[in-house]
Amino acid sequence: MVRQYETVFIMTPVLSDEQIKETVGKYQKLLKDGGAEIVDENNWGMRKLAYPIQKKTSGYYYLIEFRAEGELIAKLETAFKRDERLLRFLTVSLDKFAVAYNEKKRAGGLKSQQKAAEKKENKENKEVKTEEVSAE
Amino acid sequence: MANETEIKYLTPIKVETQRKKYCRFKKSGIKYIDYKDADFLLKFVNEQGKILPRRITGTSNKYQKKVAQAIKRARHLALMPYVADLLK
Repeated sequence: MVRQYETVFIMTPVLSDEQIKETVGKYQKLLKDGGAEIVDENNWGMRKLAYPIQKKTSGYYYLIEFRAEGELIAKLETAFKRDERLLRFLTVSLDKFAVAYNEKKRAGGLKSQQKAAEKKENKENKEVKTEEVSAE
Repeated sequence: MANETEIKYLTPIKVETQRKKYCRFKKSGIKYIDYKDADFLLKFVNEQGKILPRRITGTSNKYQKKVAQAIKRARHLALMPYVADLLK
């Protein structure tokens, strides 16, 4: 069954720009050869890790969103596991809400919406939270 | 008459009206919780990085499960810490 998936992987910071491109290209090729349709890609770049992984404090993040058959995921993940250049990876299947969310995000209309919702809540919550803290 | 009202104010009035908790996801219509949005998820975590219980945040069961899942994914990708001191 064709589903939409999203995979994020973290590459070691020691790689050169060329090596990063090569690694990313490898997985793009793997996906395309497996009959996947790449919906979106996002290069997050170098980010600080929240905790050290393999004694590294930063990593190079890359996200690929794609539509593929479920069998391809196993192949992709074995390739991830064998790759020493990766620190971490995560593949998740997206439900219809997630797909809608990502589309909205791509269109750029989401950030304002969520932030507006948050702001509205913040105003109301602030009072509640101070009460709760004092109660504790 | 004026005295009576003053006396009432001197004794501490017990306010029993507890603010009703509500689920922020239901209220604002958020259907999907993004694990990549670590700043947002930070609201559902205490200073040590532990997931806050439903009784404090007021999140409904349906969305609490999704929040927990999203936080766990964010932790795996080192977007959020598993353990921390003074996160906030």
